Amino acid sequence: MTSGILLSGDVTESFMVKGIFKYTVFGQEVWITTTHVCILIVMLILMVFALFANRAMKKAQEVPKGFQNVVEMIVEKLDGMVSSSMGDKASGWLNYIGTIFIFILISNFSGIFGLRPPTADYGVTLPLGILTFCLVHITQFRTTKPLTIWKDMCSPLPAWFPLWLPINIISEIAVPISLSLRLFANVLSGTIMMALVYGLLSWIATAWPGALHVYFDLFSGAIQTYVFCMLTMTYIGNAYGDKPVKAKKSAQA
Amino acid sequence: MSDNAIIHACSAIGAGLAVIAGIGPGVGQGIAAGHGAAAVGRNPGAKGDIMSTMLLGQAVAETTGLYGLLVALLLLFVHPLDIQ
Repeated sequence: MTSGILLSGDVTESFMVKGIFKYTVFGQEVWITTTHVCILIVMLILMVFALFANRAMKKAQEVPKGFQNVVEMIVEKLDGMVSSSMGDKASGWLNYIGTIFIFILISNFSGIFGLRPPTADYGVTLPLGILTFCLVHITQFRTTKPLTIWKDMCSPLPAWFPLWLPINIISEIAVPISLSLRLFANVLSGTIMMALVYGLLSWIATAWPGALHVYFDLFSGAIQTYVFCMLTMTYIGNAYGDKPVKAKKSAQA
Repeated sequence: MSDNAIIHACSAIGAGLAVIAGIGPGVGQGIAAGHGAAAVGRNPGAKGDIMSTMLLGQAVAETTGLYGLLVALLLLFVHPLDIQ
């Protein structure tokens, strides 16, 4: 790594993904990096929260108080977000969207606690994008007739003349790439900005970078989480064909 | 001077040129925010919907600028053009 690009080499080192230890599998070097450690910390926080939430809901009261209030508020907000953008298709997707929303949100917020956000690693955001891609196409094949899908893929031209097929396929493949790159680049740019502020201003950067943390970690992180989930829901909602959705009994009474 | 020095220098210039891509999203987000403000002025009751739609559109418009940032970062730190 060249240290001449920035004023000191430490700055460059401080926002890179760092390897902690490596081992060899089938002659291939595998590194355990800071991303793995941070993602495990995030998962630990979520699991502990889930355990406490489960405990609180087991002895739930008619009139909620304390922690039960918080848990109910989170669930209500997530349900409202999903059902307002997916309408009658929402019931099956509440769990998935809620899960990725909480995971990405806590990952983005973890920058404020001095961790390197796991979402600032392309190895974390690309699987999220690929999950969306797979869900969209599974939904499409489950709800639409193959002939209709073929017609859609040749869309501006008639179905017997698939000149536009490759272009439509490329635009389908661009969806997970742009989804994951958007999240990755946003979080990475915040991480780099904070590393530059702390690394180049040394003792001048005391206390006031907190305001920058509020913008880069909290505001930008929350917006990008919302955007990722909104786009996922929009793509999945568009994948449903004209077939009416079977009315499922919702989980909540 | 090593063979790669001139390549690193030109990569730094290229990285600087790549982040000019930030102009586009800046203009686009400004237009979106202006129209959002106009929409709230016309219909203050729909402020919540307008806000969320505007933020979604702005975040999507931001993507092209972030691609410029990614190209700059790749040029600076990954050195894809180095002579081995």
